[in-house]
Amino acid sequence: MLDLVWLIPALPLAGFLLLALFGPRLSRRAVALVGAGVVLASAVVSWLVAYSFLTSPPPGASYTQNLWTWMDVAGFQPRMALYLDPLSLVMMLVVTSVGFLIHWYSTEFMAGDEGYSRFFAYMNIFVASMLVLILGDNLLLLYLGWEGVGLSSYLLIGFWYTDPANGRAARKAFYVTRVGDTAMSVGLFLLFTQFGTLQIQDLMRKAHDQWGMVPPGGIATAAGLLLLGGACGKSAQLPLQVWLPDAMAGPTPTSALIHAATMVTAGVYLIARTHVLFEISPTAELAVAVVGAATLIVAGFSAMTQWDIKKSLAFSTISQIGYMFLALGVGAWSAAIFHFVTHAFFKALLFLGAGIVIEACHHEHSMFKMGGLRKELPVAFWTFTIGGCSLAGLPLVTAGFYSKGLIIWSAYASKGGALGLWAAAVFGALLTSIYTFRMIFLTFFGEAKSEVVKRPGTAMKVPVMILAFFAVVAGFVETPGFLGGVRVFSDFMSQALPDAVPRGSLAMSEWGSEAVVTLVFFAGLVIAYYFFLKKPALQEFVTAPAAGRALHRFWFSDWGMDWLYDKVFVQPILWFARINKSDFIDAFYGAVAAVTRALWVILRSTQTGRVRWYAAVVVAGTVLFVALALYL
Amino acid sequence: MPFFHDHILSIILFTPLAGMVVLLFIPGENKNAIRWWGNIVMFAGFLVSLPLVFWFGQEPAKEQLFKFTETHSWIASIGAEYHLGIDGISFLLVMLTTVLGFLAVLSSWTAVEERAKEYYSMFMLLDVGMLGVFMSLDFFLFYVFWEVMLVPMYFIIGVWGGPRKLYAAIKFFLYTLAGSVLMLLGILTLYFRYAKDTGHTTFNLLDLMSHSHAWPFAMQVWVFAAFAIGFAIKVPMFPFHTWLPDAHVEAPTAGSVILAGVLLKMGTYGFIRFSLPLLPQASADPTVVKVMVWLSIIAIIYGALVSMMQRDMKKLIAYSSVSHLGFCTLGIFALNPHGLSGSVIQQINHGISTGALFLIVGLIYERRHTREIKEFGGLSNVMPRYATLFMIVMLSSIGLPLLNGFIGEFTILQGAFEVQWQWAAWAVAGIVLGAAYMLWLYQRTMFGPCENPKNQALKDLNLREMMTLIPLIVWAFWIGIYPKPFFNVLEAPVKQIVETVNPSFGTHASAKVRLNPQPAAEPASAAPGRRVAQTASRRAGVAH
Repeated sequence: MLDLVWLIPALPLAGFLLLALFGPRLSRRAVALVGAGVVLASAVVSWLVAYSFLTSPPPGASYTQNLWTWMDVAGFQPRMALYLDPLSLVMMLVVTSVGFLIHWYSTEFMAGDEGYSRFFAYMNIFVASMLVLILGDNLLLLYLGWEGVGLSSYLLIGFWYTDPANGRAARKAFYVTRVGDTAMSVGLFLLFTQFGTLQIQDLMRKAHDQWGMVPPGGIATAAGLLLLGGACGKSAQLPLQVWLPDAMAGPTPTSALIHAATMVTAGVYLIARTHVLFEISPTAELAVAVVGAATLIVAGFSAMTQWDIKKSLAFSTISQIGYMFLALGVGAWSAAIFHFVTHAFFKALLFLGAGIVIEACHHEHSMFKMGGLRKELPVAFWTFTIGGCSLAGLPLVTAGFYSKGLIIWSAYASKGGALGLWAAAVFGALLTSIYTFRMIFLTFFGEAKSEVVKRPGTAMKVPVMILAFFAVVAGFVETPGFLGGVRVFSDFMSQALPDAVPRGSLAMSEWGSEAVVTLVFFAGLVIAYYFFLKKPALQEFVTAPAAGRALHRFWFSDWGMDWLYDKVFVQPILWFARINKSDFIDAFYGAVAAVTRALWVILRSTQTGRVRWYAAVVVAGTVLFVALALYL
Repeated sequence: MPFFHDHILSIILFTPLAGMVVLLFIPGENKNAIRWWGNIVMFAGFLVSLPLVFWFGQEPAKEQLFKFTETHSWIASIGAEYHLGIDGISFLLVMLTTVLGFLAVLSSWTAVEERAKEYYSMFMLLDVGMLGVFMSLDFFLFYVFWEVMLVPMYFIIGVWGGPRKLYAAIKFFLYTLAGSVLMLLGILTLYFRYAKDTGHTTFNLLDLMSHSHAWPFAMQVWVFAAFAIGFAIKVPMFPFHTWLPDAHVEAPTAGSVILAGVLLKMGTYGFIRFSLPLLPQASADPTVVKVMVWLSIIAIIYGALVSMMQRDMKKLIAYSSVSHLGFCTLGIFALNPHGLSGSVIQQINHGISTGALFLIVGLIYERRHTREIKEFGGLSNVMPRYATLFMIVMLSSIGLPLLNGFIGEFTILQGAFEVQWQWAAWAVAGIVLGAAYMLWLYQRTMFGPCENPKNQALKDLNLREMMTLIPLIVWAFWIGIYPKPFFNVLEAPVKQIVETVNPSFGTHASAKVRLNPQPAAEPASAAPGRRVAQTASRRAGVAH
């Protein structure tokens, strides 16, 4: 059964080719069948493969399928090969399953759109690339998927291409992630130069053997940091997070699939996949943790100030991926992947719910113009609330509580943990709770401000209900010791990723940590309740003073980073390009030509045709030469 | 068949010439016949080169690594011979030439009405010159073809060009001629020196190469400089690039395709075929390498920056060529197998991608008679097929994996990194900027609302127009998905060049290339004696 694994990326790829070549000629029904059908088929194959993987595990808990040798140049021989282990298996299941639900939802959501087949073609190529990224056996193949998802992200953000603003957002996403990608590619050059292979498992083994024994040099750290750079670009972490809020210009299912559930977690996957490098270099690992902790707080504040429901969710995504980075950075590898799984469910759910709301309200994005939708859109309300509770971590019952709680605890108790990281994560949880309930209260409670013009049909309702189910139960596969101590997930992951190593002598127990998390959850809920439902005047009270208003604007604008990058990078480059439009190097050659021309003019004027003049010049010349010969 | 097999290079070389002779007998008024004949001849030129693809792998090398060689005496008194042969490097470039030659002519079907007979004959002559350059194993013969090439290109720009065609044509001619003259001096220096050393006068490249290590270093440096200027103008490398934008802007579409696709490769080919093997010590001198590499890196970044703000689509692509060719020269002067084979692949890639880009601009120019970016916008609404093909070509140009550009860039940068990580670190900036100007160009022309009334009724591509692009796109995917056969034919010649130029490289398995843990970062003002030590330690670092 495992040898079917090649079908998993191949099916969506086939869907893409079919839709790209014949899409405009197919009926909408056929397009929907192909577009969503191939992803369903891919999901079914994934589950079959997973079943076979679990029931009869391959030796070493990994399976490699070699397809062909991509290129072969002087020892550089990357293969086209797929690698299946618990890590890629989990990622693959989430991508195909959540991917299918979102495709299903899209068949209705995009129904009225002119570019129906184009949309599904792009979505399919995205799923195919994402699966290549996950299943790639070497870093070059991973990089191929990495760029492929970047391209589909670009195409889908700019999907409604007649509006230039969407094009701008799409290009911004492409440029910013490409900055990260180039860092990553330099990292690949470095690794290949060091070890002569890009095959991930070989690479990790060699890195461990060569660098693991001696105290790590700067090179290991450099390799880790370069990969981190790539991860920051793709996963929208500081300082490269600026593209994700703008990426919300794409259709909402795109935001759910690419910019929440799957693609943006590619960085998490990359770091988990190359965890050996980070274990070797504590500096690089600490950098991952710090990036994660800083991002989760920075984005949390920004999420609190957005009026656009999708942008608020986008900042929330940045912040939640910050948690995953934090987990990676403290060595809690499986906790990061656990949070990836639960986040994929609840964040996809929240985006799809937001899509229902936005469609219902005349494509209005502002939460302040919604309100009171609780009764009009019950399915959206309940599922969105479940998703929100999972995001904010409603204790005991939601998946988010378990995955986030584990990360927060690991931030303190793991080998790389520290009280400061723990405090940052707890503070982030408070922010999460505030902005989540702010969203829920503004959108679904209070007085109705907008009439509902469109209600979701089955194809939109069923996927969100399924996701809501998983947003609750997905957490029960891994629970803290005092709540049953289920370790199904981390046991499975431990075949691919090392267990988190606890550090000694802790002043706090896991129970204590979870209690604090529970406390901040309710604190956030209460704050949001007072500010956005009970006493909206409180908002005025905070934002009225100049300082409050400035801070609000600062957070709203993503801490001014767009402005900063514009001033520091974009403007100088454009300035130089503008003043040098006509290429000043050419001025030199122009000058050569001008001098030649000037000499021509001067010399030409001596050629007058008058014999007396010539004779006079000849005499003068002779005199001059004689004089020179005599006196020098 | 044996005759065909043994003389295949001559047949490929003279097919266009024979076609041109026949063309001269077709009356000038009969434009249709001329068009058909032009296309048939160029297609035949491609067809006769096609057997090489099947034969090249099995064919045993006859002289060193060169296959299908032919030798006839020509001007015996000075030792010049008619001597042809190809190795893997020239094989790929010959194929590029025959493919692009046909596609360029096919794209001119409706674009050229005026003086059609002269136009097609110029293209055939140009084809002969280009093929000859890649096939010659005799320095004299090479020089003849090199100069033959110049004349038809001059006329193509000067007669069928745009408003400033004379300016551009003369600029092109003077620039290249200046380079050629210096190159001739270099060739003669080697020729006379060889005659003096061995008492034997020959322009035979293989003989000259076998003698290369006996040449004094100072002479090598001078000859290298003479060659380098000639080739650098052709590439063009920064700061010799300013003829290129003018030539491209004024040249007709097919002229631009050939110019970018094949003519620029003469320079890079020259470096690989002549500078490196004939002048190995000069080519590997740290100062020389440093100059060439940094000029390449400047070209990568500078070309991209200037490209960004151009208003004319052709000028934008012309400057992007400067940037892309910078990668090729960077790869060459990494002087290791990755850099060199990446460079040759990237030369092919650039021919495919930029050739296709010029075809794309030509298609829209034929419809609108303008190339101003601001005249366009939202074309994907009216020309969906055009938009799709443009998108693929653009992605190939910015180096997206699964398409050709990525393979070349990645291999070159890997090669550069192995020598000095800073080179790769600077050059990747060009990749980011490359995405910037290309995506922006695509945005401004293809996306957005289609507001200009002149664009709203534009016709999408017809079959002939699609056929000019599709072969290139197929080729681009081929290199992107399965580049192995391309690298395979390059392996032997690249290995030989590296062994000549960089002898300490590859004494160990090349896969075990190690980065020097402590790069020999000595001050530039080191004493001469220390510089030798530095070279040695740098090489040792590479070869560990």
